[in-house]
Amino acid sequence: MNRNDFLMLNQDIIFFDNAATTFKPVSVVNAITDYYNKYCCNAFRGDYKIGLIVDDNINNTRNLVKDYINANSTKEIIFTSGTTEGINIVAAGYFRKILKEHDEIILSKGDHASNIMPWQRLASELNLVIKYVDLDDSNYVTLDNIKRVVTPNTKVISLAYISNVIGDLRPIKEITNFAHQNGIYVVCDASQSVGHRKTDVQDLDVDFLVFSGHKMYGPTGIGVLYGKKDLLELTDPINLGGGMNETFTDFDYQLKELPTRFEAGTLNIAGIIGLGEAIKYINSIGIDKISEYEYKLREYLVNKLIKLDYIDIINLESDSGIVTFNVDGIFAQDVAIYLDKYNICVRAGNHCTKLLKDVINVRNTIRISLAFYNTTEEIDTLVDLLSDKDKIIREML
Amino acid sequence: MDDELKRSIILDNFSNPKNKRVVDDPSYLTSNTNNESCIDNIDLFVKVEDGKIVDICFNGEACAISTSSTSIMIKNLIGKTIKEAKAYVNNFEAMVNEEAYDEELLNDAIVYEDIYKQKNRVKCATLPYTGIKKIINNLED
Ligand SMILES: Cc1ncc(COP(=O)(O)O)c(C=O)c1O
Repeated sequence: MNRNDFLMLNQDIIFFDNAATTFKPVSVVNAITDYYNKYCCNAFRGDYKIGLIVDDNINNTRNLVKDYINANSTKEIIFTSGTTEGINIVAAGYFRKILKEHDEIILSKGDHASNIMPWQRLASELNLVIKYVDLDDSNYVTLDNIKRVVTPNTKVISLAYISNVIGDLRPIKEITNFAHQNGIYVVCDASQSVGHRKTDVQDLDVDFLVFSGHKMYGPTGIGVLYGKKDLLELTDPINLGGGMNETFTDFDYQLKELPTRFEAGTLNIAGIIGLGEAIKYINSIGIDKISEYEYKLREYLVNKLIKLDYIDIINLESDSGIVTFNVDGIFAQDVAIYLDKYNICVRAGNHCTKLLKDVINVRNTIRISLAFYNTTEEIDTLVDLLSDKDKIIREML
Repeated sequence: MDDELKRSIILDNFSNPKNKRVVDDPSYLTSNTNNESCIDNIDLFVKVEDGKIVDICFNGEACAISTSSTSIMIKNLIGKTIKEAKAYVNNFEAMVNEEAYDEELLNDAIVYEDIYKQKNRVKCATLPYTGIKKIINNLED
């Protein structure tokens, strides 16, 4: 779909590493260059016309994000540098203030380092307990297994909506419903879902949700932290400085209102503009149409791979465009390098999900992650190359 | 050396690596390369007696290039003094960094003479060398 919108696709390349980052449509790239070439200046301080264009664009993006994830208000939309920063703000800015010794945090071993390590640091600082929810036979997170690890001390559940190796869509809405009945907060890492599947923060009812622009056809270095307004009001910004202070005197300061108080220093203006354009782009196709198409591609790929008996698919069923596998007897990285010789980009490794090896018993895997601009023809090329194991061994060196 | 021969030496050392086993013997010095690469993981176990390397084993999960390079390095280092081992390691690194080196000293490790052309493989070939340096650089010649 829409392949002409991506100049990266003009070259001889098949890109199957969209979970790491996606390509950017021309409209996004143009919006960014327009900012630098036509109205380049700082935000919220210019007394001149081009400054007002910048301000308008920032406000527009905030509105676009709000509508895209169905937040209540733009006060709940905070620009960050990405998912990683978002989770760190939530952990250190909110939960550090409210958690107490022996409180428990529930995480999953299928989650990314950025949704584990900030909690580990907090746990060691405050003497909290981290518990990992058991994954089921398909390596999914289920509500039942969450219920099994919850205790009266559980205060936070932090999970990816879609995980980045197994690609399972977690039942966040049901988890949140149960969590809130038990006084537990829910933090959601939406980085793998937000460009592929509808995200409605009011429907999910999560307390915080974070994502990165670059995994949703937007630029790198920009992301969003959504938080319920009453919770953000109580959250401390990590950075202090220009733009976010109401006043400051020799020994004291007062912060601005939401969301500005979280956005110290010069913003990533080009990133914000690019993110806004990426959302417009997704909306122009329709997120549901993207989900459906990517799911069909996934089925097409899995149905072909499954016929190769030396390929072990780790996540036969999952609700995303992520397919993770190994070729029996060949190290994941060797397969990736073999495919790269044919200009096919796949990812090999542990995908920053180092704890998952305890569960799936393999440390390294090959991951294909699809986007709507991938095609069945590209999948045919990939599968053809994987169909001859001797050829892989011959050519991998 | 022609490419077919290189390939078969690499594949042979990958499929039947020298001394791939875990050692649980405190007289062996150990190092791990986990930090150097997020994917290949090689543990080295080295036994030194009277300034001489008498045994090296390894264990871990690594790609064809890392595994074969480890196997070849082990074959080449067993029996060498620490001083000779350091010279060998320097020589190997010179080769992959496209600097002047002495072919004679490298034996089969010469199969990686063109590895510099594959940027994503240089780290694989040098991984066991990173590991062995952690051990021998702390030893007197
Ligand atoms: C599930 C998940 N969470 C978090 C991240 C981190 O995102 P970023 O590097 O954009 O902060 C990633 C990216 O790989 C991811 O896949």
